[in-house]
Amino acid sequence: MQPITVIEPARGWLSLRLGQVWQYRELLYFLVWRDLKVRYKQAVLGALWIILQPVISMIVFTLLFGRLLNVPSGNVPYPIFAYAALLPWNYFSRSLSLASKGLVGNADLITRVYFPRLLIPMANVFSNLVDFAIAFLVLLALMLYYRIAPTSMVVFLPGFLLLAMLTALGFSLWLSALNVRYRDVGQIVPFLVQMWMYATPVVYGSTLIPERFRFLLALNPMTGVVEGFRWALLGERLADAQPPGALFFVSIAITLVVLGSGALFFRHTERTFADVI
Amino acid sequence: MSDVAIRVEALSKRYRIGRREERPDTLREALMAVLKAPWQRLRRGGASSHREQDTIWALRDVSFEVKRGEVLGVIGRNGAGKSTLLKLLSQITEPTRGRAEIHGRVGSLLEVGTGFHQELTGRENVYLSGAVLGMTRSEIDEKFDEIVAFSGVEKFIDTPIKRYSSGMKVRLGFAVAAHLDPEILLVDEVLAVGDATFQKKCLGKMDSITNEGRTVLFVSHNMAMIKKLCSRAVLLDEGEVREIGPTDAVVERYLGGVHTAAGGSFGVRTSLLAERRDPKIYIEAIEIRRDGTDPKRGFRPQDQLRLQIRYNAVKPIRNPGFIVMLMSHDRVELCRVSNMPISGYYIDQIHGRGQIEVVFEQLPFVGGRYYITVGVAQSKVEWFLRLDDVAWFDVESTDPYGSGLQMDTRRGYMIIPHTWDHQPFSS
Repeated sequence: MQPITVIEPARGWLSLRLGQVWQYRELLYFLVWRDLKVRYKQAVLGALWIILQPVISMIVFTLLFGRLLNVPSGNVPYPIFAYAALLPWNYFSRSLSLASKGLVGNADLITRVYFPRLLIPMANVFSNLVDFAIAFLVLLALMLYYRIAPTSMVVFLPGFLLLAMLTALGFSLWLSALNVRYRDVGQIVPFLVQMWMYATPVVYGSTLIPERFRFLLALNPMTGVVEGFRWALLGERLADAQPPGALFFVSIAITLVVLGSGALFFRHTERTFADVI
Repeated sequence: MSDVAIRVEALSKRYRIGRREERPDTLREALMAVLKAPWQRLRRGGASSHREQDTIWALRDVSFEVKRGEVLGVIGRNGAGKSTLLKLLSQITEPTRGRAEIHGRVGSLLEVGTGFHQELTGRENVYLSGAVLGMTRSEIDEKFDEIVAFSGVEKFIDTPIKRYSSGMKVRLGFAVAAHLDPEILLVDEVLAVGDATFQKKCLGKMDSITNEGRTVLFVSHNMAMIKKLCSRAVLLDEGEVREIGPTDAVVERYLGGVHTAAGGSFGVRTSLLAERRDPKIYIEAIEIRRDGTDPKRGFRPQDQLRLQIRYNAVKPIRNPGFIVMLMSHDRVELCRVSNMPISGYYIDQIHGRGQIEVVFEQLPFVGGRYYITVGVAQSKVEWFLRLDDVAWFDVESTDPYGSGLQMDTRRGYMIIPHTWDHQPFSS
C-alpha cells in the first residue's frame, strides 16, 4: 500500500497527529541520543556536574534552611529531606530551561525537514531522565549514609516520575512554542523557575503552610510531584507524612490540563514555526 | 495504482510582511499591542488590521502534476516561489490555500548536511542526518560503508566534523542524502557546492537517480543541469506558473523572460548623455543591438553585438576618433577599439548629425555583466568626451564544454575555443 501525503491548510484545533509521533519514534530516539552525546562530549566535568549541581544546592539549603532557619523536616535528616525534593525539581527546572531554547536551537532542522515538531520538547524530557538517573544514584548513596531504607511506598516512585515528566512536557510545550514567536520568553524562564521553586515545597514541607492556604500549593502541579517523591521515598518516617490526598488529585488534573492545552497550542503554532523562527 | 506521483492543486502560500512596529517580536511588545489594540481600532475607525498590502503571495494558485518516474525541473528567478513550493511539498510549512497530494514515500533534500552537529563525529552525523532525512536505523547500518566510501572521508570518520574542511562536510552531507531512497525526491540546488571533481560525482549520482525511474522534483538555477536531467519543466514567476512543458521550451522562455523582467538584457544610461556635452560635439543616443529573431533574449557567448552611436557635431571636427571600451564587471578593460587610430577606419570630417556603428563579432565573454565606455576624440590630439559606463549588457552563463559547469565570472573572463591533447612519455 502506497502512503499518500496530503498537504493542505490545517483545519480546527483538534488534530494532534499523535500517530505521527509514533511513526517518527526512531527520530525521537536519535534526537535524544544527539542531545546526550553533545551534552556530555564537551563538558569537562561531564557527569560529575550533574551530581555536583544538586549536591551543592542540597548543602547550601541544609546550611541555610536546615541549620540557620530550622525548617522542620520531620524525623528525616534535612539533607535527605531537601534532596528527595530537589531531585524531581531539578529535573523539572532543567527541562523547562532546555525546552525554552529547544526549538530555536533546532531552527536549521525545522526550516529544512519535516517531522512532528513535538519530538523536540519530547526529546528534552527524555534526555533529561539520564541526568535524573545519575542524581538518583546520589540519593541512594545519601540514604545509605544516613541508614534510611526506602519504604514500600517506593513502588509508587515511577508514577511520580511520570507525573514529573508530564508536567515538564506540558509547560515545555507552552514555553517552547511561545519562545519561537517571542524571543524574550527565553529570558523570563530562569527567573520564572527560580520563583517557582520557592512556591513549591522543596526547601520546606507543605505542612509549614497554614492549613487554610494549603490549597494554593495544590494549584502548583509541582507540589504534587515533589511531595509525592518525599512520600514515596521516606514514607512514614516523615512526622507529618500524609499519603497524597485530594489536593494531589488537583495537581494531577492541573498537569493534564496544562499538557493538553500545551499540546494543542503547540500544534496550532507549529504550522508557522518554519516561517517565523 | 495511479500513475501520478505528485498532484498540486491551486497551492498558495501567503506571508504576512507587516510593518515592523506592527509585528511583535517579544512578549513585551505583544502585550503592549494587546493593550493598545482597542485604542488603535478606535482611531482606524474599526478597520481590520489585516490589510491586504501587508501580505505577499509567495505562491499563488500553482497547479501541476508529476507522473511517476518523471523528473520535473522547477525554474524561475530568485523570489519566484521555487523554495516556497519545495517547503510546502516537504511539509516544512503549511499552505494558506489549495492542496497537494504525494503518492509514495517522499524524501526532501533542501540542503546538504541537514541535521549535522558540529560536535559529533562523521560517523555519528551520518546516523543523525540519515535519521533526520527519514532513513531507519537499519537502513543506515546497511548503507553506512557505501555512504562513507562515496564521501571519501573514511580516514576522518571518527573525528568531530567541526574539524572537517567545508568541502569534507559537504561531501559527507551529500553522500548521506544520495543514499536516501524514497520513491519521490524533492531536491533543491544542492549541487552548487563542492569542488569540480565532487560536483561531477554528484552530477553522476543525480543522473543515476533520475535514470532509476524515481520521481524527482528538481529546483535549480543551473539551466545546463535542468536541461540535462529533466524532461519537463515548470517556470515560476512571482509565485505563479508562467509555463509548463518540455524543458527546452520552458528554459528558452525563462532565459528570454529573465531580462525583460529585469529591464532588458542591456541598457544605456541616457542621463549621462545629457550630462556630458562638449560645445563641439555631443552624443544624442546610443543603442545596443543583438541580431537574431528574439530581440528580448540576452547575449550569449559568440553572439554578435552592434553598438550604434548617434552624434551631433555642433562644430566641424576633422579626423574624429570614436573610442569604445568593453569593461568587465570589475572594470577591467577587456577590449578597446577606435575607428582611428586603432582600427584604421578613417573619417575625414564630421559636421552635424550622424551615426557610427561598431559591430563586435562573436563575443568571447563568460556569463556576467559588462560595461561599455564611449569616448570621442580628435584622433591623437584631444578627447572631447568620455562617457564612462554609458551602457551595459549581460551575457548569459552557459555550459559550452558540456561539463555541467557554468562559465561565468568565477571562471575567468573569456571563453576561447580550445582542444586538449595528452601523450604520456613513459608507459
